[in-house]
Amino acid sequence: MSTAAATHEHHDHHPTGIMRWLTTTNHKDIGTLYLVFSLTMFLVGGSMALVIRAELFQPGLQLVDPGFFNQMTTMHALIMVFGAIMPAFVGLANWMVPLMIGAPDMALPRLNNWSFWILPMAFSLLGMTLLFPSGAPAAGWTMYPPLVLQTGDAFPFLIFAVHLMGISSVLGAINIIVTIMNMRAPGMGLLKMPLFVWTWLITAYLLILVMPVLAGAVTMLLTDKYFGTSFFQAAGGGDPVMFQHIFWFFGHPEVYIMILPAFGVVSQVIPTFARKPLFGYDSMVYATASIAFLSFIVWAHHMFTVGMPLAGQLFFMFSTMLIAVPTGVKVFNWVATMWKGSMTFETPMLFALAFVFLFTIGGFSGLMLAIAPADLQYHDTYFVVAHFHYVLVPGAAFGIMAAVYYWLPKWTGHMYNEKLGKLHFWLSAISVNVTFFPQHFVGLAGMPRRIPDYSTQFADFNMISSVGAFVFGFSQLLFVYVIWSCARGGQKATDQVWEGAEGLEWTVPSPAPHHTFDTPPVIR
Amino acid sequence: MSGSDDKGDRTLVAKLVLLTVGMFAFGYALVPLYDVFCEVTGIGDRTGVGSAATALPTAIDMDREIEVEFVASVNEGAPWEFRPSVSRMTVHPGKMYKTTFYARNTTDKGLVGQAVPSIAPGLATPYLQKTECFCFTEQRFDAGEGRDMPVVFFIDPELPDYLDTVTLSYTFFAQNRVATR
Repeated sequence: MSTAAATHEHHDHHPTGIMRWLTTTNHKDIGTLYLVFSLTMFLVGGSMALVIRAELFQPGLQLVDPGFFNQMTTMHALIMVFGAIMPAFVGLANWMVPLMIGAPDMALPRLNNWSFWILPMAFSLLGMTLLFPSGAPAAGWTMYPPLVLQTGDAFPFLIFAVHLMGISSVLGAINIIVTIMNMRAPGMGLLKMPLFVWTWLITAYLLILVMPVLAGAVTMLLTDKYFGTSFFQAAGGGDPVMFQHIFWFFGHPEVYIMILPAFGVVSQVIPTFARKPLFGYDSMVYATASIAFLSFIVWAHHMFTVGMPLAGQLFFMFSTMLIAVPTGVKVFNWVATMWKGSMTFETPMLFALAFVFLFTIGGFSGLMLAIAPADLQYHDTYFVVAHFHYVLVPGAAFGIMAAVYYWLPKWTGHMYNEKLGKLHFWLSAISVNVTFFPQHFVGLAGMPRRIPDYSTQFADFNMISSVGAFVFGFSQLLFVYVIWSCARGGQKATDQVWEGAEGLEWTVPSPAPHHTFDTPPVIR
Repeated sequence: MSGSDDKGDRTLVAKLVLLTVGMFAFGYALVPLYDVFCEVTGIGDRTGVGSAATALPTAIDMDREIEVEFVASVNEGAPWEFRPSVSRMTVHPGKMYKTTFYARNTTDKGLVGQAVPSIAPGLATPYLQKTECFCFTEQRFDAGEGRDMPVVFFIDPELPDYLDTVTLSYTFFAQNRVATR
């Protein structure tokens, strides 16, 4: 260490306290900032979900007024999508991508600092609207005009917050691409990269391709409201449906942005605990790339009910179903990796297994929604809510939790409390199903989403769903406690941490020192 | 940091920034591109909804009855009273019909209004043809003035068999929101 300190003395003059975190350019520090930020947002967005579920515990209007209910659904979605899931994956990329490819840091460390610190500003802009007399945005996270144009004073705050989130994501994506393309250790060819790195490379390209389109769409909303343009105003020759086309051109790749890195995490975790190399590595890479490509030609399946000609409905129906093929390849490969493996079931593996099983359920309900004639029945019902929560909670969020448990010993140098980790897993896995499975039934029976009241025949399932949501919500406090206590201390972790773990990140000490791979490792 | 890669980094960053800017522009380009796409493929054809019929029907199909519904709306807060004088009519394809919509300026200033039509279901759009319509031109109203405005229309006998109801709806806007067309 002393030689490292001598040759890299200039790194060690970093300030302490708050200034250390404000000015840091270290990929591990920034990764930690992202992860802590996203955990905070996860709890904030989660409490909003609990307001929603508390109101829906019984039919009728009990706790909050319908306007506030709408603000909660809108803010919950915006915070979870842009504040919790996306930054968590960027945080994981910051921490792990340099470690996994043998790079000393991210390629653009100052930019890295900036792309993180934009986020708290974006969410302050968005969050402060809750205190406005006219309230927070309430027209849904999809921001469909003409409804969203009726937002009060919160409207410009919403638009600029979305702009900032977009800038942050794009800067992060540029950084990740440059790091992966230019800073791999000698000998690490593209098809030798760990799958988490591969999925992030593809995700980063998706971000660059679609976040600017979202920025364009919300800018059009802004000028429609304040500067007399008519992109989406029927009166001026505009078309509100046009917004939906542009939004979902962004929106569908966006849902893969939220799931591809989770695919990557699961592809790291399952081989470790099955003690076998990943089955079908190359096909995993090609499947990820195919999913990313297909995501650009399926957007209108979100809007089958706008009145689309038959040819359009057929095209989007079949292209959507086609996505099941590469996704099926991935699920097959995960299962084949476990086949005849020496499996053990530590917490990261449990989350990864639940991911494979429950994400697949979400995938199947997605196939049902893809069937254009049937979608007329499902559209904007709780069936849709059940579908996307299955792919985002036991999908994306469980992927993140698997990653956190998997790499936490590497980050902190301590083993987390395995008993509490398992308890967190079982509480989460059971309650997430109690919460969202009944929503399939009420959705099929016709309960519309985003409405604070419902017909009495839906009462029982909604009560079950609310109970599940509260158990799930409070279980996450256990997650926070496990992370906190692991950071404070615990059994010392070895360098390799997991018996079956392979990859460069396990060759550095635990906890990973501030500077790693100052001399690039050699890959055989 | 590996200093040797700085030039490679800069080129790649420049390309990625260019791609970002390009995609922002592409978002805007989607607006005309969708129209071009619809025109080229004939998908989602909305032409004719705001203009007069170019060909008149040749025969009247007395065996078929179509329900035509009329809907009038104003955007939230717009200073108009606006409603159809009848809410529905039963018509024979190929025959001309006339109905009126009533609009009144509820302010104490003169206003210019413009009605924007829309037909549901979208597939029926090419088959509901108007020969005369208050929506073809701007409508001037003095303070507090109200009047009936005519629309003359027919249903094209080619209307697909599975359609038996067509809804014609108008939204009335104050002229300052309406682009010149």
